[in-house]
Amino acid sequence: MMDLDVQAWVKVAAFAGGGIAMGLGAVGAAIGEGYTAAQANLAVSRNPKISGDIFKNMLVGQAVAESASIFALVVAILLLFLDTGNPNMLKAAALFGAGVSMGFGAIGSGVGSGFPGGQACLGLSRQPAVSSKLTTNMLIGSAVCQTPAIFSMVVALMLLFMDFSNAPLHPTWAALVGAGLSTGLAAIGSGYGGGMAAGASAEGVARQPEAVGNITTVMLVGQAVAQTPSIFGLLVSFILMFKTFPESMQLQAAMALLSAGLCTGLGGIGPGVGNGMAAEGAVRWVARNVTHAADLMRTMLVGQAVSQSTAIYAMVVSLVLIFVL
Amino acid sequence: MAIEGADIVKAAAFLGAGISMGLGAIGPGVGEGMVAAKACEAIGKNPKEAGLLTRTMLVGQAVSESTGIYSLVIALLLLFVV
Repeated sequence: MMDLDVQAWVKVAAFAGGGIAMGLGAVGAAIGEGYTAAQANLAVSRNPKISGDIFKNMLVGQAVAESASIFALVVAILLLFLDTGNPNMLKAAALFGAGVSMGFGAIGSGVGSGFPGGQACLGLSRQPAVSSKLTTNMLIGSAVCQTPAIFSMVVALMLLFMDFSNAPLHPTWAALVGAGLSTGLAAIGSGYGGGMAAGASAEGVARQPEAVGNITTVMLVGQAVAQTPSIFGLLVSFILMFKTFPESMQLQAAMALLSAGLCTGLGGIGPGVGNGMAAEGAVRWVARNVTHAADLMRTMLVGQAVSQSTAIYAMVVSLVLIFVL
Repeated sequence: MAIEGADIVKAAAFLGAGISMGLGAIGPGVGEGMVAAKACEAIGKNPKEAGLLTRTMLVGQAVSESTGIYSLVIALLLLFVV
């Protein structure tokens, strides 16, 4: 290595992590809010008389979608200016992991929470009379969408503030980077999927306002199941942060832990999106055929359970990497 | 940190197992979700055929699952056999 002292390495990791947190963290919210604004434009062109209501609804929806990137901004600022106290190489790994967790974790929630905002604006142009139901439904849906970003922020803050100085550097450094990867990557799918369900729900409420109860219930159940992959990610992150690993100078011990984080993280993306698609289909058709809401919910849950299986395989491989090898 | 050849090989196998299962899980997850969404659409349009549609959905998903299982097999081979 170059002639850098530990203090310098901690700064390098913190600044790189801060850049990753805010750079990736800005991607999702920007796309989501752009979608909301695009649908709002469409809505105004259909029904220019209520452009004021649509404008207000757009701003409220965008404000909620913004929160994921505000979490990223907070974590990035903490990484830039936080006084790390007792600098050591494990702190450097933890700070980098915190940036990775928050940066990836904000993508899905940011994109996802744009969908209910956009659909609510479109719905307003069709059914101005149910504006309060639409706005409430939009707010519930996009709030639940934020959960994966909040998981990522929790992991990022734990990595920032926990004291790891008593753990052996090898292989704990890999566990801390892996902890960031696991929750951060897994949050992408769950956030995006939750948003798909919420978007269909806002569209459905505008189409069939009297079925708002059924629509919201199916949306919430669908979103809750779509959250599961990010909960797997959170679980693996907690294990990686709290388990003490015996000191080992071998590269394989470190790579097993890094790989464990990567596996659950990447493995959560697909099932999160897929569960969201299933929920979107069910919610959309509950609004069109409310008498069969129970059949649709059952089919959604069966389909989601099957779609979940690969996330479970990924978690099993991660747990084998952590506990067996 | 003295790194030996056998250690690097094991390290690469572990990393490969994680990447195999991690990336391999994305496709089936999205694909099976699409199947479920379309099954819900079809049941919404034609609720009488719910049983047949659920069966078709499950068979389609099982086929779509296969690449996820291949990934799992490769990951376990990398972890325990190679």
